[in-house]
Amino acid sequence: MCGVCGCGDTKHGHDHGHGHEGEVGHRHDGGASGGGLREHGHLPRFAHAPGLSARRIVQVEQDLFAQNQAYADGNRRAFGERRVFSVNLMSSPGSGKTTLLVRTLKAMHDACPVIVIEGDQQTDRDARRIAATGVPVHQVNTGRGCHLDAHRVAHACDHLPIADGATLFIENVGNLVCPAGFDLGEARRVVVLSVTEGEDKPLKYPDMFRAADMLILNKVDLLPYVDFDIEACYAHAREVNPLVTMIAVSATRGDGMAQWLAWIGSERARWMRDGARATNPIGG
Amino acid sequence: MHEMALCESLMAIIEQEATMGRFHQVHSVSLEVGLLAGVEPEALQFGFQAVTHGTVAEGAELRILPATAQALCVLCGLEETISRPMSLCPACHGPLHVSGGRGLRIKEMEVE
Ligand SMILES: Nc1nc2c(ncn2[C@@H]2O[C@H](COP(=O)(O)OP(=O)(O)OP(=O)(O)O)[C@@H](O)[C@H]2O)c(=O)[nH]1
Ligand SMILES: [Mg+2]
Ligand SMILES: [Zn+2]
Ligand SMILES: [Zn+2]
Ligand SMILES: [Zn+2]
Ligand SMILES: [Zn+2]
Repeated sequence: MCGVCGCGDTKHGHDHGHGHEGEVGHRHDGGASGGGLREHGHLPRFAHAPGLSARRIVQVEQDLFAQNQAYADGNRRAFGERRVFSVNLMSSPGSGKTTLLVRTLKAMHDACPVIVIEGDQQTDRDARRIAATGVPVHQVNTGRGCHLDAHRVAHACDHLPIADGATLFIENVGNLVCPAGFDLGEARRVVVLSVTEGEDKPLKYPDMFRAADMLILNKVDLLPYVDFDIEACYAHAREVNPLVTMIAVSATRGDGMAQWLAWIGSERARWMRDGARATNPIGG
Repeated sequence: MHEMALCESLMAIIEQEATMGRFHQVHSVSLEVGLLAGVEPEALQFGFQAVTHGTVAEGAELRILPATAQALCVLCGLEETISRPMSLCPACHGPLHVSGGRGLRIKEMEVE
C-alpha cells in the first residue's frame, strides 16, 4: 500500500524503498478495477436500471479531472500544513527552466530550505544538473505522458526530505499545452517563455498563459540577435491574463534574477498571510 | 497527447460503470466539454476510438456537449455567460474573472 494515497503498490508496481525505475510505469487511471476513483469517493450514481439487457440510459455525472483534482487538493492541504511554498514551472521544451532553476537554487540554497521535483518524459539529466547544486531533487519520468499530474507529485514528495517552511520548485514536462490543465496543488504557477519562441505565444497557447501568476521572459541576452518585440509580447500576455506579473530575465547572464528572487520572497509572504492556502489556479 | 490521457480516464470510468451497472455494450457516451477545458473535440474523438477498441464501448458514439462559463467583471460588476474564451470585459475592458467551463464531465451513457 502506498503511504501517500492508499493506491495498492501491487497495482502500479513500484517499491518506495528502492530506486525509482518503477515510476516510469506508475499510473492508476487504466484498470477496470482501478481503486483510485472509488477510494477518492467518486462513486457513480445510476438512474433506475430496469432490465439487464434492455437498452437504457445510465446517468453518470463524473468529471474526468476529478481524480487529479482530489490529489491536487490533498497536496495543497499537505503543503499548507507544512508551510511548503510550491511553484510549478512550465514552458515549451528548452525555454530555460532548468538553467533558471540552477541559478535560483544557488542564490537561495544557503538562506532557506529548497527542494525540487523534475518532470521529463525520459532521463534524469535535469535532476543531475539540479543535484550538482546540492539541493535535494527527485526526478519523475512520465514516459509517454506529456505533463505532470498531482498524483505523481504526491509520490515524488515521498522521496524528498521536506523541511517545514521549505520552498518546492516543480519543473513540469516541457510542453505549453497540457500542463496548463493539470492542477498539482501548487501555490504559484510560472510560465517561462524565451525570446527565440516568438512574441505571439501567449495568443497561440492562451490556456497556459491564462493560468499563470508570473511570466518570465527568458534569454533576453539574445535580443540583439532575434526579431522579438518585448512590449508586443507583454501586451499579448496581458490580453489573455490582465493580472499576470512579467519580468525579463537571462538565466545564463543573470539579468532580472534579483527581481525574480524578490518576487518569490514576496509571493511566499503573501501566501503565508493568506493562511498558506491558494485556490485552485485552474478554476472550477 | 493530453486528450489521450483523458480518454483513458474516460474508459476507466466506463469499465467501472460496466462492472457495477452490469451492461455489456455502450452505444453512446455524452461528454460535457467546458470551453476552457483546453481540449480539442477532434482529438477527443480520435482518442476515444483508440481507447475503446476491443472494449464494451467499441463503436460507441461520443457526443460532445459544449459547456459555457460564467464571467464577472472585477471593475464594473458585469456578469455574463460566455461561450468563447474571454479575459477582458466587453463593457469596460476591465479584467474578467471567469469561473466554470474547465470541466470535462461524462453526463450519461446509452447502454445495453
Ligand atoms: N542564451 C541563453 N541561453 C539560455 C538561457 N537560458 C537557457 N539557455 C539555454 O537553452 C537551452 C535549454 O535550457 P534548459 O534550461 O535545459 O531548458 P528547459 O526549459 O529546462 O528544457 P526542458 O527541460 O528540456 O524542457 C540550454 O542550452 C541553455 O543553456 C538564457 O537566458 N540565454
Ligand atoms: Mg529542464
Ligand atoms: Zn505509489
Ligand atoms: Zn499512488
Ligand atoms: Zn499531457
Ligand atoms: Zn466591466
